[in-house]
Amino acid sequence: MSFAKSKFQHKKLPVNDLGLTYRDYEGALSTLCAGCGHDSISSAIVHACAELSIEPHKIAKMSGIGCSSKAPNYFLNNAHGFNSVHGRMPSVTTGANLANDDLTYIAMSGDGDSASIGLGQFAHVVRRQLNMVYIVANNGVYGLTKGQLAATADKGVKNKGGDLSLFTDIDLCTTALQMGASFVARCFSGDKAQLVPILKAAISHQGFAFIDIISPCVTFNNHPGSTRSYDYVQEHVATGAVTDFVPVKEEITTKIPAGQFEDICLHDGSVLRLHKVKNDYDTSNRYKAMNDIEEHKQKGEILTGLLYIDPTASTFHELNNTTDTPLNKIKQDLLCPGERVLGTINDSFR
Amino acid sequence: MMNSNVVNDFVVKFANTNGTGSASANNMFAKAIMRMGIPVSAKNIFPSNIQGAPTWYEVRINENNFLGRRGGKTEIVVAMNAQSFVADLEDVKDGGYLLYDSSKKLPEHLIHSNINYLGIPISAICLKEYKNPRQRQLFKNVIYVGALAALLEIEFDVLKTLVGDQFKGKEKLITPNIYALELGYQYATNHFSCPLRYKVERRDLIDNRIMVDGNTGCGLGAVYGGATVVGWYPITPSTSVIEKFASYCERLRIDPATGKKNFAIVQAEDELAAIGMAIGGGWNGARAFTATSGPGVSLMQEFLGLAYFAEIPVVLVNVQRAGPSTGMPTRTQQSDILSCAYASHGDTKHILLFPQSPAECFDMTAQAFDLSDRLQTPVIIMTDLDLGMNDHLSPPFLWNDKQKYDLGKVLSIRELDEAQNFGRYTDVDGDGICYRTLAGTHPSKGAFFTRGTSRNTKAVYSEKSEDYVENMQRLEKKYRTAATLMPKAEMSSGLSNAQIGLVYYGSSGQAINETKHLLQEKGFPVDLMRIKAFPFGNEIKPFIESHDMVFVIEQNRDGQMRMLLTNELEIDPAKLNPVLCYDGLSISAQEISDIVCTTMAKKQPKQEVV
Ligand SMILES: Cc1ncc(C[n+]2csc(CCOP(=O)(O)OP(=O)(O)O)c2C)c(N)n1
Ligand code: SF4
Repeated sequence: MSFAKSKFQHKKLPVNDLGLTYRDYEGALSTLCAGCGHDSISSAIVHACAELSIEPHKIAKMSGIGCSSKAPNYFLNNAHGFNSVHGRMPSVTTGANLANDDLTYIAMSGDGDSASIGLGQFAHVVRRQLNMVYIVANNGVYGLTKGQLAATADKGVKNKGGDLSLFTDIDLCTTALQMGASFVARCFSGDKAQLVPILKAAISHQGFAFIDIISPCVTFNNHPGSTRSYDYVQEHVATGAVTDFVPVKEEITTKIPAGQFEDICLHDGSVLRLHKVKNDYDTSNRYKAMNDIEEHKQKGEILTGLLYIDPTASTFHELNNTTDTPLNKIKQDLLCPGERVLGTINDSFR
Repeated sequence: MMNSNVVNDFVVKFANTNGTGSASANNMFAKAIMRMGIPVSAKNIFPSNIQGAPTWYEVRINENNFLGRRGGKTEIVVAMNAQSFVADLEDVKDGGYLLYDSSKKLPEHLIHSNINYLGIPISAICLKEYKNPRQRQLFKNVIYVGALAALLEIEFDVLKTLVGDQFKGKEKLITPNIYALELGYQYATNHFSCPLRYKVERRDLIDNRIMVDGNTGCGLGAVYGGATVVGWYPITPSTSVIEKFASYCERLRIDPATGKKNFAIVQAEDELAAIGMAIGGGWNGARAFTATSGPGVSLMQEFLGLAYFAEIPVVLVNVQRAGPSTGMPTRTQQSDILSCAYASHGDTKHILLFPQSPAECFDMTAQAFDLSDRLQTPVIIMTDLDLGMNDHLSPPFLWNDKQKYDLGKVLSIRELDEAQNFGRYTDVDGDGICYRTLAGTHPSKGAFFTRGTSRNTKAVYSEKSEDYVENMQRLEKKYRTAATLMPKAEMSSGLSNAQIGLVYYGSSGQAINETKHLLQEKGFPVDLMRIKAFPFGNEIKPFIESHDMVFVIEQNRDGQMRMLLTNELEIDPAKLNPVLCYDGLSISAQEISDIVCTTMAKKQPKQEVV
């Protein structure tokens, strides 16, 4: 369901370079559970896009199926959206991107969507280096089908129904790094200060940008025994690099000085403490990133921040040497070789 | 009788080993016949193994243009495969010929008195002539073609020109190939009395026809139809559709100024992704397609349902093979009719096109993009292995430069500016087809959410029963509109007074002229109706109703087209007699006429015994 939102805008809302306020980047009223981490992600996307001054209609919102995949309804009303089938958003986005690479592709998926039914498509879209932002709203459970364990759930955790996760979890950041993603980050949905700049950097990145966002499911995974509950994540987050996106136009410096910590108030009122800000985190080393993820996991911590970036990576279109005009805009005279050419082709079969 | 000459009406079958390079020599043989103006057809019968297994190439020469598979025993067998030798020997007709490699003597028990042996010591000749083992292997094939030229009176000059054409750009290969042809030719002239009683004679019966396979037609049709986005996953027998598309694009679709490609092809990780990519491309306004066969169609079902319900244009070329499951991957069938017509769960119906020749593979593929854009729905081209992978004599590919792509109801920025009340799923024109907008068109108008879930006419998610029912009824209406846009069924002799009506579709049409002739000879005149598309047009039911006996000819076990006809047109199933062939080989006129005759005999009133 989506509901119409009030169109009221406060006169003093700041405007961006396009003269738009962040309200122009909003979507329909959310129907997700109150307090769902996915809504925080939507709100961060609204801020990131507004601050980057992207024309909303030049964005395509892609998703699979799940609560997380519904989220694109709740941001960017003036952008086209596509809820595809469960786990197969990557292929649809690939086709859409091939047809028109003039748009910004912001894709939203869940950990069920991407790590189970869609793991194959996830791996392949990464290795094809499609120019897109791929967000997984990771809550360790299937929200929409009411609480089954996802493949990203840590071994040994229980779901609300008491089922124990017996198997090794899939770490999507590690998978993305292995598959050659040129931008990999992990965030916490409640930490807007970290999330917005990372989203901005991901959107501006030319290439495949992956962000795994720990996004607690208040309804099915916010209980003792879960490692994706607000309480658990609050206690176990370690930040790798608090990154601020530096656009070409103006320089923004990080607000959290190295070595300090900051308490951040989440939308549900709880407080998240970000530990150990490492300004000197090396974001250019793919293998070290995988190692760091694993090391923190061993300590029971979740490493957040921008974990890896290769700003020089090529995109699928560059690798494929596709024309600069979007393929959906090329006219018939350039696509159809015409009658005369067909005559010579016929002759080759005589 | 036995000794009378047979001109331009016989079958030559080559038995080879896969991977020995026989394909081009065999093809040269068939093409030489065509260049002598004589109608000819060629069929590969090959195993699904890659190397070493037996393969056959069956060439039918028939100046009446009866070019379907003839069946029955063979006049001339070229037996080059030791593994299948005994079976190949059994395949020779009484009084027919067996051409074999006599480098080793044949054991006594393989000498049959009713057939003629043409032993040529091919291996021995090659051993003497060529040092390189690969050359020894390759030239064997050319040598027997040379021998056949002498034996059947194929004009040697025609062969020479063919070699020249075949090796254009690799001129060094021309002389040795002609030499090999001459070796065979000389041996046959010196050792046998040439020509045999089966021989060819120049005619002028080809007109402007070409010899080509259907997959080339589909691939090229997609180039002409303006396809730019392709997702695909390899599967026999559809692979060469994409390979041909790719190679023509490499030649014809590179921007001369920048060297960049005006197309994008992705070899996907599987068929789920292949159709997903095509759907993504179609959603974003590019002409997008994929090609697959049975198992791939199964995997694509969920996505086809999405494209149907969300109303996204996409083209799928289904080169059918024998199922179910992996079935016989390299044998032909028409057994995906129902799984394509109703692909996916829920009430879905898809548009199907049934090409009969490579030229129609071209036309229908190009046309499919217009239909799919116009109707905003998947269009499936139902070809098959026989049509797709075998060379057929076909009318040439035709394109008229006046033909303009029909992109359907896509609103431009200007039209959106003027639009009062855009609703993505609002039936403005009453034909069931709504207006769509493409992402990025307008800053504040026309954006909507595409989804597979129920919604109202404004594309807003809705589980209200009225909204759902309205939408489903509109889709049904769109379907009726589609029926008016489809190519009409082709009736051979209109609604004449013939008692029997034959209904057929797709590649079964190759056998139909001969079927008509055979039945006529047996005293059964027939009318013909060829179905070219689904949904069915208004012309189909009256044809069926106006004939006492109607036979539906198809290449599957369950009579799938018959089911579709009875289901969609509410025809009494008893009215439609199935004529089925599903052994994986393409249907022959003899098989069809036998079934028709048997059924007719049963229907004849029994003679009273006094
Ligand atoms: C082919 C298919 N199988 C199963 C489902 C049912 N299904 C819908 S959402 C979902 C899981 C969603 O979980 P996740 O991606 O983690 O998203 P969340 O709801 O937790 O945000 C499942 C299994 C489906 N829609 N399609
Ligand atoms: S069930 Fe969980 S994931 Fe779904 S909306 Fe509610 S809180 Fe969010």
